[in-house]
Amino acid sequence: MPIEVLMPALSPTMTEGTLAKWNVKEGDTIASGDVIAEIETDKATMEVEAVDEGTVGKIVIAEGTENVAVNAVIAYILEEGEDASALDNVSASAGAAAPAAEAAPAPAAPAAEAAPAASAAAPVAASGAIERSDAEPRAMSVMNATQDEKTYTSFKTQTVREALRDAMAEEMRGDENVFVMGEEVAQYQGAYKVTQGLLDEFGDKRVVDTPITEIGFTGLATGSAFMGLKPIVEFMTFNFAMQAIDHIINSAAKTLYMSGGQLGCPIVFRGPNGAAARVGAQHSQCYASWYAHCPGLKVIAPWSAADAKGLLKAAIRDPNPIVFLENEIMYGQSFEVPDDEDFVLPIGQAKIEREGTDVTIVAFSIMVGKALKAAEKLAEQGISAEVINLRTIRPLDVNTIIRSVMKTNRLVTCEEGWHFAGIGSEIASVVMEHAFDYLDAPVARVTGEDVPMPYAANLEALALPQEQHIVDAAKAVCYR
Amino acid sequence: MATTKRKRATTRADNQASSDDLLKYYREMLLIRRFEEKAGQLYGMGLIGGFCHLYIGQEAVVVGMQSAITGDDGVITSYRDHGHMLACGMDAGGVMAELTGREGGYSRGKGGSMHMFSKEKNFYGGHGIVGGQVPLGTGIAFNYKYRGEDRVCLTYLGDGAVNQGQVYEAFNMAALWQLPVIYCIENNQYAMGTSTQRHSSSPDLYQRGVAYGIPGEQVDGMDVLAVKEAGERAVAHCREGKGPYILELKTYRYRGHSMSDPAKYRTKDELDKMRKEHDPIDMVKKLLIDGNIIDEAGLKDIDKEVKAEVAKAAEFAQNSPEPDVSELFTDILIDA
Repeated sequence: MPIEVLMPALSPTMTEGTLAKWNVKEGDTIASGDVIAEIETDKATMEVEAVDEGTVGKIVIAEGTENVAVNAVIAYILEEGEDASALDNVSASAGAAAPAAEAAPAPAAPAAEAAPAASAAAPVAASGAIERSDAEPRAMSVMNATQDEKTYTSFKTQTVREALRDAMAEEMRGDENVFVMGEEVAQYQGAYKVTQGLLDEFGDKRVVDTPITEIGFTGLATGSAFMGLKPIVEFMTFNFAMQAIDHIINSAAKTLYMSGGQLGCPIVFRGPNGAAARVGAQHSQCYASWYAHCPGLKVIAPWSAADAKGLLKAAIRDPNPIVFLENEIMYGQSFEVPDDEDFVLPIGQAKIEREGTDVTIVAFSIMVGKALKAAEKLAEQGISAEVINLRTIRPLDVNTIIRSVMKTNRLVTCEEGWHFAGIGSEIASVVMEHAFDYLDAPVARVTGEDVPMPYAANLEALALPQEQHIVDAAKAVCYR
Repeated sequence: MATTKRKRATTRADNQASSDDLLKYYREMLLIRRFEEKAGQLYGMGLIGGFCHLYIGQEAVVVGMQSAITGDDGVITSYRDHGHMLACGMDAGGVMAELTGREGGYSRGKGGSMHMFSKEKNFYGGHGIVGGQVPLGTGIAFNYKYRGEDRVCLTYLGDGAVNQGQVYEAFNMAALWQLPVIYCIENNQYAMGTSTQRHSSSPDLYQRGVAYGIPGEQVDGMDVLAVKEAGERAVAHCREGKGPYILELKTYRYRGHSMSDPAKYRTKDELDKMRKEHDPIDMVKKLLIDGNIIDEAGLKDIDKEVKAEVAKAAEFAQNSPEPDVSELFTDILIDA
C-alpha cells in the first residue's frame, strides 16, 4: 500500500492551511528528513519533512491550494518495490477527499477519522470530568468523621521554639533520611534559634548550613526528596520563600501527579510566616492562602507549642510536600506539651479550643490566641463563642467547621493575611455550600488591612487584625 | 585551583570505540531520530497536543553521554527530553504513549511530552521550567553523596538555561559540597529564537563555572565519540570525589524550537551545512562503512529494525486508551 502523506497540523489550533509549494515532483526519490513541501498558516510558513522513504507516487493537492484541511491526503509515497499501479486503488478516494474546503467544512472531521480512539474518547472524558467534579466537590477538604484525639496525662511547659526543635530532633533520631537545611541552621544555631543544638547532636552532614540561595537550596532539597531523603527546609522567613516558590509548587507539589505516581516528595518547608514586629512590608506577609491554593501540598499553621510539636512530627513523617507556617511572635510563648515520645497530631484535623453556642470563630496560628481573648471579652458581654483552631489549612477540616456552624449559626473567620481570596473567603464559601440554611447572618471576615505592612508602630497596629476586631465582628453577626 | 581544563575537545583520540560500540551508537541515534520524526508526524495528525520539542540533530549528545555512565547513574533534563529517555533505555512505546496522552504512557498520560519519569531507569524528568532541573539534579547528586553511593547525576541544560540565576546557585552549592554532578550544557545555539551571540555575554558556556572552580570543557556535540570521551573524563572526575564538572556540548537542532516554530531566525544554508557536513548519524555511518564493519545492506537491516520498533511504538501510542477518568484525582498526594 502506498504511504499517505497527510496535511500536518503545526499547532494544536491549526485546522487548515495553504499548500504553498512542492519541493519534489512525482517520481522523485525521497529519504526521511527531506523537505518535500512548504505550507503556510496565518502565522508562519513551515517545511514538511518526509517521515518515510520511497518514491513520490502521486501529488494529490497541487501547490498553491488554499484551505487544505489538516489530515487531508496531500500525496502518496511508493515504498521500495511498489510501482505506480499501486496507486490505482487509492486515487479515486483521494480525489474525493482532496479539496478540503468542500469535502471537510468542519475542520475537526479529518482528525476524527485519523484518530478514532482519541476523538471517540474525548467526550467521555469531558463529561466524566464534570460528573466527577460534582461527585468530589472538594477533593482536598476533609469530610471524614473526626477522630478523637489521644489523651495524655503527663505534660511539660515548653516554648513553641523548643517544641519545634524537639520535634525535629526526635524525628532525626528515628530516621537517618531526615536532615535539616537552610540559612544559619547549623553553626549559628538558627536565625531564630529554632534549630538550637541540632548541629551538636547530628553533625554537619544532617544539619546543613546553606548559602543565601533560596531557589537553589529549595530545588536541591526537592531533588533529594525525589530520591527518598526527607529534607526539612528552613526558610529564615517565608517572605524569602517567594524566591523559591517555583520549586515548591512546580517541582515539589506537582511531580507526583506529572510522573503518574512514580516520584513522591517527602519534604517539609518550614519557617516563620506572617507579620513579625516593625520589619516593614517585605518581611511581614501571610502566605497561607498562597500555598493552600495548590493541590499537591499540605499546609499546616500551628498555634501552640503542642500544635507545633505534634504537627511538625506528623509533617516530617508524611510522604508528601508540606508547607509548615510558623510565627515569629509565637516562638517565645510557652504552652503545656504532652510529655510523651509518641505524641503526634493528625494532619487535617482542627481543634475546638473553646466551646460555645452563639458564634463560631475560626482562626489559625497567632490569631487563635487573639480569638480566645476575644471570646473571653464576648463572654463578659453574654455571648458564648466557640473558637476553632484550624491547625491545618489544607486539607481543611470542613467537618469541624460545619458542625460548629450548625450549632452556633454564626461565623467569624480570622487571619492576618489580606482578605482577597484569603482563607476566610474559602471558609465562607465552604460554609455557604454545606450549611447555607444554618446561617443566621452573613459570614464575617476579620483580616489584615488591604495595604502593604507599614513600618510606623501606630500604622502597623492599624494594619493588623486585633482582638477588638474579632469582638466587633462577633457582635455584628450576633446582631448585638 | 582547577578551572577550565581545555578549550576544545573536538579532536578525539581515534579508534576509541569498538565495532560493537559504533553499531550500538548508530542504532541508538537512529532510534531517536526515527522516533522524533514519527512524533512530528503524529503531532501533525493532531494525535499529540500542546508543546512538542524534537531532538533531531542532537542525538550524539545523549547517546555519547549515556555510554559514559552506568545504569545506576541518574539523568535529569528539561523539556526537550525524548532523546534522553530513549538513551536511558526507556521503552519507545511508553514514551510515545505519553506523547499521545494515553494510559500506556510513562506518566499514564498525565505528564505529556515535557513531564516523563522512570524511576526504574533512573530518569528523573522531563521538567518544563527552564533551568528548574539544575538544582533538582544537584539535589539528586546531594542524595548520592549523603548516602555514600558511588553514583553521578547527569544534569542537562540548554544554552538558554545558562542565563537563569538558579543555575549558578546550584553550581555554587555543588562546588562547595563537592557533589557528583555533571552539568551537560547542550548548546544548540538557539534559546528558542535567540542565538547565543544575542543572549550570552561570552560565547564560551563551558566557562560558566569558572567563578566556582568547576572545570569545564567544550565538546563537539555532533561527534558521539568525542562526547563519550569527554563524558568519561567528567564521570571519572566525579567518581574521584572531586565534585562537579561542566561539559558544553556544541550541537544543533534541525527542527524549530517546538512544532509551531518556523525557525526564521537562522538561514537555510546554516541548517543545510550542519545536516550535510556534521550529521551525527552520517558520521558514525561513515566510520562503519569505511572501517568495513558493516555494509550498506547491513545498515539497511538496522534501519528496518529501528523503523519497525518506532512503528510499533506509534501503534501502541494510538491504540492505548485514554486514561480512565478516575485518574483525574489520583497521584495528587500519597496516602500517609
